[in-house]
Amino acid sequence: MPIFSKKHDLIARALAAFVAVGALSGIAAYTYFSHPKVIDVGYQPKQPVPYSHKLHAGDLGMDCRYCHNTVEKAAFAAIPPTETCMNCHAQVKPESPYLQPVRDSYATGKPVEWLKIHQLPDYVFFNHSAHVTAGVSCVSCHGRVDQMIEVKQVEPLSMGWCLECHRNPAANIRPAELVTNLAWQPDRDPAEIGREIIAQKKIAPPVNCSGCHR
Amino acid sequence: MSLVQIETKALTGRKYWRSLNELSGTPAFREWMVNEFPGGAELLDGASRRNVLKLMAASFGLAGLAACRRPEGKIVPLSRGVEDLIPGKSYYYNTVFTQGGSAVGLTVEAHDGRPTKIEGNRNHPQSLGASNGYAQASVLNIYDPDRSAEVLKGGQVSSWAEWDQFASQKFTAGSLGRGAGLRIVSESVVSPSLSEVRKSLLAKYPEAKWVEYEPFSNENAIAGTRLVFGQPLQAHYHYDKADVVLSLDADFLGIDSGSPLSTKKFSKKRRSAKPEDEINRLYVVESQFSVTGAMADHRIRSKASDIDSFASALARELGILSELNVLGSADKVQKILMALVRDLKKNAGKSVVIAGPRQSARVHALALMINQALGNIGTTVTFTQPLASPEAKAFADLVGELNAGSVDTLVVLGSNPVFTAPVSLKFSDALKRAKTVVHLGAEKDETAVLSSWHLPLASYLESWGDARSVDGTVSIQQPLILPLNNGRSALELTAQIAGYKDQKGYEIVRNYWTSQWPAAEQEARFRKALHDGVLAGTAFAEVKVSADPKRVALPAATAKSTQVEVVFVPSWSVYDGRYTNNAWLQEAPDPMTKLVWDNAALISKATADKLKVVDGQILKITVGGQSLEIAAMVQPGQADDSITIAAGFGRKQIGRVGQGTGFNAFEIRVSGDAIQFASDVSNTGKTYQLVTTQEFHSMTEPKLMDAIEPKTRPIVREATVEEYRHHPDFAPHMVHAPDDSIYGWFDYSEGNQWGMTIDLNSCIGCNACIIACQSENNVPVIGKEEVSYGRSMHWIRLDRYYTGDAEDPQAVIQPLSCQQCEAAPCESVCPVAATTHTPEGLNDMTYNRCVGTRYCANNCPYKVRRFNFLNYHKEMVDIEKMVSNPNVSVRMRGVMEKCTYCVQRIQEAKIKAKVEGRRGELLKDGDITTACQQVCAADAIVFGNINDPESRVSQEKKQPRNYALLAEVNTRPRTTYLAKLRNPNPELVEHHG
Amino acid sequence: MADFALNPEMVDKVTPRLVKGNSTYKSVTDDVSRIVETKTPREWWIAFSLSVAVALMMVGMLAYLVAFGIGTWGNNSPVGWAWDITNFVWWIGIGHAGTLISAILFLFRQKWRTSINRAAEAMTLFAVAAAAQYPLFHTGRPWRAIYWLFPVPNTDLNMWQNYRSPLEWDVFAVSTYGTVSLLFWYVGLIPDLATLRDRASGVRAYIYGIFSLGWRGAARHWRHYEMAYMILAGLSTPLVLSVHTIVSFDFAVSILPGWHTTIFPPYFVAGAIFSGFAMVITLMTVARWALKLEHLITIKHLENMCKVILATGMIVGYAYGTEFFIAWYSGNPYELFTFVNRAFGPYWWAYWSMISCNVLVPQIFWFKKCRTSVPIMFIASIFINIGMWFERFVIIATSLHRDYLPGSWGYFKPTMVDICTFIGTMGLFMTLFLLFIRFLPVIAISEVKGVLAQEDQVAKHGHGAHH
Repeated sequence: MPIFSKKHDLIARALAAFVAVGALSGIAAYTYFSHPKVIDVGYQPKQPVPYSHKLHAGDLGMDCRYCHNTVEKAAFAAIPPTETCMNCHAQVKPESPYLQPVRDSYATGKPVEWLKIHQLPDYVFFNHSAHVTAGVSCVSCHGRVDQMIEVKQVEPLSMGWCLECHRNPAANIRPAELVTNLAWQPDRDPAEIGREIIAQKKIAPPVNCSGCHR
Repeated sequence: MSLVQIETKALTGRKYWRSLNELSGTPAFREWMVNEFPGGAELLDGASRRNVLKLMAASFGLAGLAACRRPEGKIVPLSRGVEDLIPGKSYYYNTVFTQGGSAVGLTVEAHDGRPTKIEGNRNHPQSLGASNGYAQASVLNIYDPDRSAEVLKGGQVSSWAEWDQFASQKFTAGSLGRGAGLRIVSESVVSPSLSEVRKSLLAKYPEAKWVEYEPFSNENAIAGTRLVFGQPLQAHYHYDKADVVLSLDADFLGIDSGSPLSTKKFSKKRRSAKPEDEINRLYVVESQFSVTGAMADHRIRSKASDIDSFASALARELGILSELNVLGSADKVQKILMALVRDLKKNAGKSVVIAGPRQSARVHALALMINQALGNIGTTVTFTQPLASPEAKAFADLVGELNAGSVDTLVVLGSNPVFTAPVSLKFSDALKRAKTVVHLGAEKDETAVLSSWHLPLASYLESWGDARSVDGTVSIQQPLILPLNNGRSALELTAQIAGYKDQKGYEIVRNYWTSQWPAAEQEARFRKALHDGVLAGTAFAEVKVSADPKRVALPAATAKSTQVEVVFVPSWSVYDGRYTNNAWLQEAPDPMTKLVWDNAALISKATADKLKVVDGQILKITVGGQSLEIAAMVQPGQADDSITIAAGFGRKQIGRVGQGTGFNAFEIRVSGDAIQFASDVSNTGKTYQLVTTQEFHSMTEPKLMDAIEPKTRPIVREATVEEYRHHPDFAPHMVHAPDDSIYGWFDYSEGNQWGMTIDLNSCIGCNACIIACQSENNVPVIGKEEVSYGRSMHWIRLDRYYTGDAEDPQAVIQPLSCQQCEAAPCESVCPVAATTHTPEGLNDMTYNRCVGTRYCANNCPYKVRRFNFLNYHKEMVDIEKMVSNPNVSVRMRGVMEKCTYCVQRIQEAKIKAKVEGRRGELLKDGDITTACQQVCAADAIVFGNINDPESRVSQEKKQPRNYALLAEVNTRPRTTYLAKLRNPNPELVEHHG
Repeated sequence: MADFALNPEMVDKVTPRLVKGNSTYKSVTDDVSRIVETKTPREWWIAFSLSVAVALMMVGMLAYLVAFGIGTWGNNSPVGWAWDITNFVWWIGIGHAGTLISAILFLFRQKWRTSINRAAEAMTLFAVAAAAQYPLFHTGRPWRAIYWLFPVPNTDLNMWQNYRSPLEWDVFAVSTYGTVSLLFWYVGLIPDLATLRDRASGVRAYIYGIFSLGWRGAARHWRHYEMAYMILAGLSTPLVLSVHTIVSFDFAVSILPGWHTTIFPPYFVAGAIFSGFAMVITLMTVARWALKLEHLITIKHLENMCKVILATGMIVGYAYGTEFFIAWYSGNPYELFTFVNRAFGPYWWAYWSMISCNVLVPQIFWFKKCRTSVPIMFIASIFINIGMWFERFVIIATSLHRDYLPGSWGYFKPTMVDICTFIGTMGLFMTLFLLFIRFLPVIAISEVKGVLAQEDQVAKHGHGAHH
């Protein structure tokens, strides 16, 4: 008399199927949840000062380059020194409690420690000036910062995402003077405009490793 | 993270780093670190944070899913903006570097306030854009965690405040009276402001004495000019005007030249653009095989003490000397001598005879007389007034005074005489007899521990000053960073002693110069001086002299000795001991012996056999009662019965890097002379591990090949000028290159195409490129033990091959870094595509993609890829990390790395072009120079765009002697070599068959 | 294998020599099952704990390696690969005998394989297991290797592996080989597992039961079984050739003198079979004595294997000769030097141990006396294992240490970590093998029955598994 009746075969098969499905969905889940689009996009840390880009860049219409003044000259788009804030806030809202950290910093000379939102790995050498002068707008990577009260990451900033544009930049190229105009809406297909500029400026983004990794 | 901790522990007890780890942990160190940034903190803050992050690049790469555990990054802007300072951008400042009395102008790169890279200053007559290994490595010294950082009073930690108080009593309250008891020892003073301050100091203390002391000086050379011309003079040799050069024990391309200039000039005349070109001819008579000897067309191996008689014989043949002098050496030498005489006569007025600093005043005088007789004086040999010339006698007198007890206060400025002084003087005992000894030094060295006060010395990158180079040109020494060890400069200390009101270096220097200028121009001229790095019109005027050789009263020749001689030379790596704690220099292999982390007693094979000693066995050498035990090393080309020892090693009071490296030559340097005689040399039978980066391989395969078919591999390709004219494309024709592909070659005809040529005829193998590369590309130092395993990390290695007779060979040197093959064998075998090709012909290496299978290195026929076998960077303490170049990823363990033609510089230039709206245009010469090219004094390395027919590299590649190494393997390298040429005297060429 | 067994005159021809003594189906079942069912003997425990200890040493060494890096090994520049890849190739090579015996000999109807194939297959798996870790750990950062070597689309990189690289081919070759061998082995086990299940009781019965996948020996089961077994045999046959061919590409595809040669694939496969059979002999001679299976694993089996060793040994020797000849005939100085350097350079001792172990030692098998003497063949097989290890070392290390530019020449010395890791892999191998002989039928019961020459039982063979 066999210890295993025929129904055990069924159980065995079911078990096998279950394991197979489980394994597959496991891989699928891992692939999805480890994807930069999922884990990086939406990062929105609390800043030491509740600075609103919406108010400054959006409503007041200040140009990005007023604060991030090195963006066209250097790899690093400078975060403004406290001085820059005080240029205005010495007069504007000089009493606001929100600005206390800024005033302290100005008084003591201790820097305000902002939190970095758009972080690239340190083996990636990104250069703002190269992109901005080519006509890549801030909005392409940072989104509508002029509408964000607190800035958050909107793009994955992953290698694949970078390469998509480097291989086919047309859609993200605009006249250089318009790069900080985040609201820009051309009357015709932006890619078309992009293609013209690319042809005329001879824009050829690198797609080889040392373009970004050194 | 735990992993990381294990790793640091792992290396405990394995390397000189060991205690660095221990140190970096201690709170004491942290505290000290903080104190390191007094005012400068603000300026450095944000930046250094970012850069330290960059240094952690690899460890981020480690976490495949770094994003999951997203590390919270901070951006720390300045509180108040600094005008024109763009974070992350590199800035360049001109300054000046002084060593052993010779000054070289530099252009130093700074990243966010940290000096990181040294370059030569194009405007400076002694540099012309080049520099040397010492200058390159000097930047590492200021980040040395072992550098003296606190004031010591009798060995106890004290403070500047306490010192200032002491000084005010000592020096201003006039307790020193007329200064009869005040003595000051310094290195040779070449700083105009310092000599000015010295003047006022001596005015304040008329009876004080200021003694300059250098263990390796040019005293004999100057004495020579005194003998011949009756006045002390500084000779300048114009190799660029000489067709024939004779060196009497002068390593003027190497260790004996304080600046890159002589190499620049020599290689100018050595360069050959087309087969018809005439190149100079170099005769060298020397005891040890120097890099100059390696360049020689005819080299005579001779005891240093016998060179006197060679010079005399030459002088007699030229009819200058009447005294009969027996050369009494081999026919070979006699034969060369006679040919040399004819050659010199033929090239009268177009030749140079130079004697080395180790030779006696008599030999220098003879050399000058010969130049005079040949009519070279005024054409190829000119003179200016000499700079400071330290005299051994003055120092000896000082010791006498010390022993007599007549010295109350001894101030030692920036040198380490206790270590370097001749042993017979017993300086360390004499020192103790002075009431107060004040030592200003960069290290807590042998002198510091015997001093009542030790004061930390600020480096030339940290303090204001100025310096005059041998030709008289003055440069302002402007600092790039506040003193990291809050030290002071010799200038400032002297000013304090001299009782200056304003003791800040900047004021002293500025006032000294501007006071000489009309008020209106002062600001502008000073700014211009800083900008250019030189003060226009400060060069000395030439001193026109001539003498009748027949009338010169020469001292009698010293009788030849049969004893074994010991020759003391400054070390290629540590000079006189001032760089013993500099890891870059310690690990740079000696150009000829390829020895690292040590010095050795170099002896010839014959001498070794006589002493029954082999490599690594310890010899006991006794000179004048003093004896030294030192490991022996057989050096082909070394003269028999002559031992060469590089000084500067074996220091006892030294940081962790220099701990236990080498043997102290000064222990047997009885007198100040560089050549002395050993009363006894014996083999102790003890052994010591000497580590070299290369075995004594010649290009001819080992004996075991001869059985079948002895083959000389066509690696370094060489011909005489005659053969070259006869067969211009001999080099490429030495092998058959298939240059064919079944896939067809990639089309590289568009855009920038990077390429390089290395002219083996110009390269002298001086190592400067190795260190420049190390500095530019964050190449780790791995220590003696790791090198002994054969894991050297240098991206450029200089392969040295001997040719010809085993006892008395010729040597060739071949710089080898990644050849950027168009058909790169490394690329196809990498399983993860971490090394790939760019459309511009670069062989990229993507560190963060590399998994470390090492397959690429195995498949590289040039073996130029370097693997991080251990986490070589982990052991760096924070302050050392400040030396790193933020534009190059730091590689963690398990990552392959290699040269990429300084790709970070290429990208920088390309982005610059883009920002300036030059998209799509070819980059031109000058837009990019690689680190190795920039430092090369011989201009042997040329990098550029081979798609630009005007570029120098394209021109070089058109030369018929241009060849690709291992072309037969069909790798199509972008780096090609220009074959080496020799220019032997036709009389001396033996024609075979 | 009913279909052959039912043909009496073939049975006659083959059987008497393949199974000694008067074995019946029952006795065969008993003899083999006994090993698993009887109380664990003390000797086993001693051997087992010893091997586990050694295996743990390997684990420790690998942990040390992962913590500190490849610097703990003797590898350097120019010798980027040394013991790591040597051991990898050595183990993979040993793995070949199993599949060869089970698959190829099966397809060629070599009935003498039946008593040894089970153990040989098991050995294959364990050898592959021992080998597989080297490709990962020789990077020093296995997490990176796993992460990048397998095409897992788990980061948005927009790039894949470099499929031109032989190492990437290895990843697939070895994993495929491992998988197929495992399946092949397991399928073969099913009927015997059922046999054990039916003889066992309690929890053992359940465990064997689960793994025998409800085998009841029905004719349908046998038909499917034969089919599956045949297909798998067909599948693994090309693998026997392909795996080591691809492993040999790691070298053949490079441009290094001494590696870059077209002779490698056949040369490596022959060498692999050579070493594989040697290892089988080493194990079997001990096992049959320890497990008292002399009548099932007969001298005849061993002698056949000796013949295979002799044959493959000659092929390997021929390959050595050819290499040298071509090195000279090609007129390529670098190639020539490499080979002269192998024989007379600093590593001469490695080369000559290789020659003597692999070419000279097997020659004794010309003599029946040696082919049939267990002690002699045991010792010989040990020598051959050593010789084959040296072959890989010679190819890898001596080619690397002196290649094109004398300026880059170096010398490799192993560290303790190198040595202990290698010894450790043997511990792993032995541990797995001991577990195997303790818990699984060492001999394919059902297949052996297929070659028993007892008419009356032949008919009943179909139900053999029920005894």
